[in-house]
Amino acid sequence: MEELLSKKTGEKVLLLGNEAAVRGALEAGVQFVSTYPGTPASEIGNIFYKISKEAGAYFEFSTNEKVALEAGIGASLSGLKTLVAMKHFGLNVCAEALIPFVYTGSRGPTVIFVADDPGCWSSAQSEQNSRAYSYLAHIPTLEPSDSQECKDFVKKAFEISEVFKIPVMVRTTTRVSHQRMPVKLGKLKELKSLSGKFVRDRSRFVTLPPRVLEMKEELLEKEKRIKEFAERRPGPKTKGQTKGIIASGISYLYAMESINELNASLPVLKIDFFYPFPEKIVKEFISPLKEVLVAEEMEPFVEKEIRIIAKEANCKLKIQGKSLLSQTGESKPEDVTFAIAKLLGKKYSLPEETKITALKRFPQLCPGCPYWLVFNGVKKAVDEKKIVFGGDIGCYMLGGMPPHNLQDFLFCMGSSIGVSHGIKKSNPAHPQKTISFIGDSTFFHSGIPALVNTVFNRSNPLIIIMDNSTTAMTGHQPNPAAPKDRQGIRIYDVVKACGVKNVKIVDPFNQEEFVKTVKDFVNRKEVSVIISEHPCKFVEKK
Amino acid sequence: MKNSKKQFNAVVVGTGGQGLITILQIMAKAAMDLRLDVKTSELHGLSQRGGSVEVHARIGKKIHSPLVAKGKADLILSLEQQEALNAAGFAGKNTFFLINKLISPIPFKSPVQEKEIARMLSQKTKKISFIPASDICRKELGTDVTAGIFLLALASIKEIIPIDFKTISKAVLDVIPEQYLKINRETLGLAQKYATEHKKN
Repeated sequence: MEELLSKKTGEKVLLLGNEAAVRGALEAGVQFVSTYPGTPASEIGNIFYKISKEAGAYFEFSTNEKVALEAGIGASLSGLKTLVAMKHFGLNVCAEALIPFVYTGSRGPTVIFVADDPGCWSSAQSEQNSRAYSYLAHIPTLEPSDSQECKDFVKKAFEISEVFKIPVMVRTTTRVSHQRMPVKLGKLKELKSLSGKFVRDRSRFVTLPPRVLEMKEELLEKEKRIKEFAERRPGPKTKGQTKGIIASGISYLYAMESINELNASLPVLKIDFFYPFPEKIVKEFISPLKEVLVAEEMEPFVEKEIRIIAKEANCKLKIQGKSLLSQTGESKPEDVTFAIAKLLGKKYSLPEETKITALKRFPQLCPGCPYWLVFNGVKKAVDEKKIVFGGDIGCYMLGGMPPHNLQDFLFCMGSSIGVSHGIKKSNPAHPQKTISFIGDSTFFHSGIPALVNTVFNRSNPLIIIMDNSTTAMTGHQPNPAAPKDRQGIRIYDVVKACGVKNVKIVDPFNQEEFVKTVKDFVNRKEVSVIISEHPCKFVEKK
Repeated sequence: MKNSKKQFNAVVVGTGGQGLITILQIMAKAAMDLRLDVKTSELHGLSQRGGSVEVHARIGKKIHSPLVAKGKADLILSLEQQEALNAAGFAGKNTFFLINKLISPIPFKSPVQEKEIARMLSQKTKKISFIPASDICRKELGTDVTAGIFLLALASIKEIIPIDFKTISKAVLDVIPEQYLKINRETLGLAQKYATEHKKN
C-alpha cells in the first residue's frame, strides 16, 4: 500500500483498479474523502482509512452513502477537493442529495466514484446499471476499463470538475475495480493543511424555486459545453472499412482481445466519456460504416445512443448489440469474441459447455461466527413455519442459505424492519409474526428510521440487531457502535431513545437466555428488539 | 517467453482463505520483472466466505483482458482437488491441471475422490497432476498455508509457467510480508526438493 504514496513519478507498480483510483485522487490532490463500505468499491475506503493521515487528507467512514455525499458536498462548498466512493446501491441511497448537487454544482472539485457489480459477485438485491443515474442527475460520467484508466480518469474527473464546477462520476464494474496491472504513476500532489471555508452564495447553493428552474437551465447550458469538451478529440480512423466496434468498460478489453484472437482488423471506438455522450465522435465513426457492434455490459445505454445518432448520420447502418450479447450477468471474453465473429461472418463456435458436474460450494458463516448461534437459537425458540423472517444486507444474508434457511424476503439496507412493519399492518386483527435480522452497521445505515416507524405507527415485529462490533461483510470497517479508538454509540441507548419498550441485550453464546428472550419477545404486543451482542471473531476484544 | 504462444493464461481455483490473491500477486510481480505485460482478476467480498473462488492471471507481450476465455487456460492451479472440476470449463486439450491433493469437505456431500476427478478431467486433457502439496507443507512446516506457493514454485520448476524459478522466488520475497518470509523461503526449498525427487512426472 505504501506504493500509493510513492513519489517515484513514472514508475510502474502493480495496482488494483480501486487502488489506482486512490492514487489518481492523490495525484489530483484530494483533500476530503468520505464513503460507506460496499464491495466492489470497499478498497477505496479501506486504503484511505490507513493512509489519509500521511496523505494529509480528511477521511471518514460515514453512516451511509447519503450522509457520505452530504459531507462531501459540505467539503466541496468549502472549497476542498472531494472524493465520495460507494458501490452502486449507495448511489440509490444518496440520489436525493446527488441530483440537487449537480444543479448547484461543486466549488471544490468533486468526484463520485461508483462501482457496479454485473453478475452480482458481491451484491444481493439487483444487478444495477448505474449509468442510468448519469441521465437522471445530468452528471458527467467517465468509464475506465483498467487500472491505469482508473487512476487517469479519476484525475481527469477532478480536472473536469474544476473547469466546469460540476461533480463528476467515475463508474467502474467489479472486473475493472478488481483488475490488477502495472500502472504508471504520475506526480503526487503535496497537500497543505486543510483550510476550507464556506463562502455564502445563496443564488448558487439554495435550491428554492423559482431559482431552481433557472439552475436547471444553467445546468443544461453547462452540459452543452461539457459535451463539446468530450467531443474535442479524434475518434479512431475507419480506413475504408465497413464494419466497426463501439465498446465501453471491460467490454472494450474483451473486444481488443477478441480482434487478436480472430486475426481481424477492425476499427474500435471506445466510449469512455459516457455522459454527456460524445455524439460528434460517434457520428464521424459510424458515417462510413455499414455495420457496427456495440459491446457493453447490462442495459444497452450506449446502443440506444448509437441508434438515435445513426438515424440522422447513417440510417442504413446495421446495429448489433444486445441481439448478440446478454443483458443479464457479466459479458465474458468469449461472448464478445462470438459477437465479433458474427459481425465478421467468421466461423467461431463458443466452447462446448462442459459436461463435468461442478460442485457448488456455498459461502458459509465463518467457523466461530456468533451468527451461527443466533440462527440456531431462533430455530430452537420458534416454529419456523409460523414466522416470516426478514433478511437484510450483511454477513447474516447467509441466513437465507442452508443449513439456516431463515429468510423470507431480502431487499435492501434496513428493509428487514421496514417491510416487516408493512406485513404486520396488512392484517391488523391477526398480524403475522415476524422476525427481522439486521446487523449493527446496517442498523445505523438505514434501520433507525424504520424502527422509529414501527413505534410511531404501532406495529410489533421482533427485531434482532446482530451487533458484532464491526462491518464484517465488506472487510471489517468500523461503524458508529464500534469506532476503532473509543467507546461507540450504544445501540441499546438508540433503541430506547426511539421509544422501544422491549429491549434486551443478550449474548447468543448464552443460548438458554437467548432462546428464552426470543420466545418471550416474539409474542409482545409492541415492537421488541433483541441486541445480540458478540463480536465477530476477527475483531479483537477491546 | 519460452513457449511459442504470445500469451500465458492461468486460472487459480480454491476456497476462500487459501491465499489465491497472493499467488496472483506473485505471478504478476514476476511477470513485471521479466518485462512482460500482465493482468489479473480478483474477487473480493461475499465470494470469500468459504465459497468456491476462481481468479485469473494473464501474462504476455500485450494483455488486454484480465479474464481467461473459456477453454483457453494454459494452467489450472487448483488448491483443493474438487475445485478443479469447477474450472473444467477453462480447460482445453493442452491445459495443464496442477492439483493440490487436499479435500475440503462440502457440507452434506460426500467428497469426490482423486480417481474420479482424474477420470472426469481426462475428457478435457491428459496433463493432470495431483501433488500432495498440503501434506508436504504440513509435515515439514506444520501448516499448509503455503501449499499454493509450493504448487506455483513447482509449476515454475517444471516450466509449466513461463517464469523461471529464480524470478518466481524473488517475486515471492517481494510480495510476502516480512513476518511470513521464513516459511515461504522454506516452501520454495520444499518445492525444489520435490521436483528433484519426482523428475519423471
